[in-house]
Amino acid sequence: MNRIITNIWNFYYDGFRNMGKTGRTLWLIILIKLFIMFAILKVFFFKSELAEYDSMEEKTEVVIRNLTK
Amino acid sequence: MFLSSLADVSRLQFALTAMFHWIFVPLTLGLGFIIAFMETKYVRSGDEFWKKTAKFWMNVFAVNFAIGVATGIILEFEFGTNWSNYSWFVGDIFGAPLAIEGIFAFFMESTFFAIMFFGWNKVGKKAHLTATWLTAIGTNLSAVWILIANSWMQFPTGMEFNPDTARNEMVDFWAVVFSPVAINKFLHTVTNAYVLASIVVIGISSWYLLKKRATDFSLKSIKTASIFGFVSLIVLIWTGDGSAYQVAKHQPMKLAAMEGLYRGEHGTPLVAVGMLNPSKTIHDDKDPLLFEISIPQGLSILANRKPGSFVPGINDIIEGGYEYTDHNGNTVTAVSFEEAKERGRIAINALAGYHEAKKASDEEAAQNALTNIRKNFDYFGYGYLDKPEELVPNVPLVFYAFRIMVGLGMFFILLFILKLFYLRKGTLQEKKWLLYAGIISVPLVYICSQAGWIVAEVGRQPWTIQDLLPIKAAVSGNSVSDVTTTLVIFFVLFSILLAAELRIMFNIIKKGPETKQS
Repeated sequence: MNRIITNIWNFYYDGFRNMGKTGRTLWLIILIKLFIMFAILKVFFFKSELAEYDSMEEKTEVVIRNLTK
Repeated sequence: MFLSSLADVSRLQFALTAMFHWIFVPLTLGLGFIIAFMETKYVRSGDEFWKKTAKFWMNVFAVNFAIGVATGIILEFEFGTNWSNYSWFVGDIFGAPLAIEGIFAFFMESTFFAIMFFGWNKVGKKAHLTATWLTAIGTNLSAVWILIANSWMQFPTGMEFNPDTARNEMVDFWAVVFSPVAINKFLHTVTNAYVLASIVVIGISSWYLLKKRATDFSLKSIKTASIFGFVSLIVLIWTGDGSAYQVAKHQPMKLAAMEGLYRGEHGTPLVAVGMLNPSKTIHDDKDPLLFEISIPQGLSILANRKPGSFVPGINDIIEGGYEYTDHNGNTVTAVSFEEAKERGRIAINALAGYHEAKKASDEEAAQNALTNIRKNFDYFGYGYLDKPEELVPNVPLVFYAFRIMVGLGMFFILLFILKLFYLRKGTLQEKKWLLYAGIISVPLVYICSQAGWIVAEVGRQPWTIQDLLPIKAAVSGNSVSDVTTTLVIFFVLFSILLAAELRIMFNIIKKGPETKQS
């Protein structure tokens, strides 16, 4: 089992280490993008309207109110 | 003022996100298979040429995949923020397919993606080829689930509305997965992606031929892509016909908008080419088309498979009273907008009454309300609409987008045939006009693909969920300025990403297949 995990680790490690310039640039773009999406956009701008309510009952109540007003 | 309402800004944001996401997805879906075909040739023949060719296209695939990955997640953010009523109302129906996508297909595709890129010297030829095929299949499996979710919005089935939670609950998973709308949508969408990827390969290869570079690589790439693209396009036409049939059954208003049809008739013609009368409304008797070239009885055949059959127009759908075959195969009379609205309001009021009765522990009143909900739930969404105009999508946008999609599709058939014809004659590299046509087809195929989504999504307005939840009831209670802010941030961020992709992609193309791939 340990051997399999080591092999998988080495596979990815070597792959990333031997990656060319384009590959590195792409990974940089992916990481920046994910950071902006999850650490900035999701946290500060895309708050779920129902997330501020704790229980299912409260959420149901809000939606029912919205749907039947 | 332009985009003054919350629903408009929220829609614009969602549309831009979805369209941006769809710039990347189709190339990933199709190019994976083209690479797999090329690598299969390498493994079968042992010819290093095919390995080099596959590796070049893999680089293009990687850039597209990297920039496109996770752009769809913004859509999920928007569901919670801008469409909270909708997100709650759809319940697990939407959540289940998306969760399956995330857990199964995405991980499968990511695992084999790593072997495909890092594994050339680490695993055997056949193991690598398997990983390439599984990457291609994995990307397509991702598409299955999201398209099932989308199809459910166009034709809600396999669910039951729970008035206690105001959510739709899945009661028949297989009815959701194998709904005829979902099957057609999946096949139509992926084959569209295969055509798009084929044309991107043809376009890039044509550019090399014009530059007199990598001739053997380009000719063989064009041959592989043209065969794959042509076969895909045949399936695309077949599934397009199937999609139109499903639209006629479940979303007749969308079909009427696609055709600019206000008054239906027996033996309705299909408008092949036409120009809409811009002053036409549902309240006048003006001719909806300024000029047209039509196929006699074409729309009746497309919609009902019967030449003389009746196809309802926009006004017919608003007024009701015509006969049609429902989902269960029964002949029924269509209800008018006014009746549907009335029944929708009964269902909405009954939902409010049900919760009041529950709070007051009045079981009898709750039971009565429940009966009214169940009896009228099919028209629930109509209760939010005030005027019949609200039922009509943007006819010009749907009408012209449909013709752009079909027209370009026809052009691509010709392109594939001509490419294959001159390849066979051995004179393709001399036909400069055809090489230019290949290059010009790259932006055209993206326009074609986006036009298809415009038909599908603008055409089903005002509904987020067909007949059950219109846009105006689905949207959250945000301020217009909040949504506009996120729209601007999104637009700036994604424009930078797109510019980055194009720059890297053009660099790879400029270096060409002659360079060692990294």
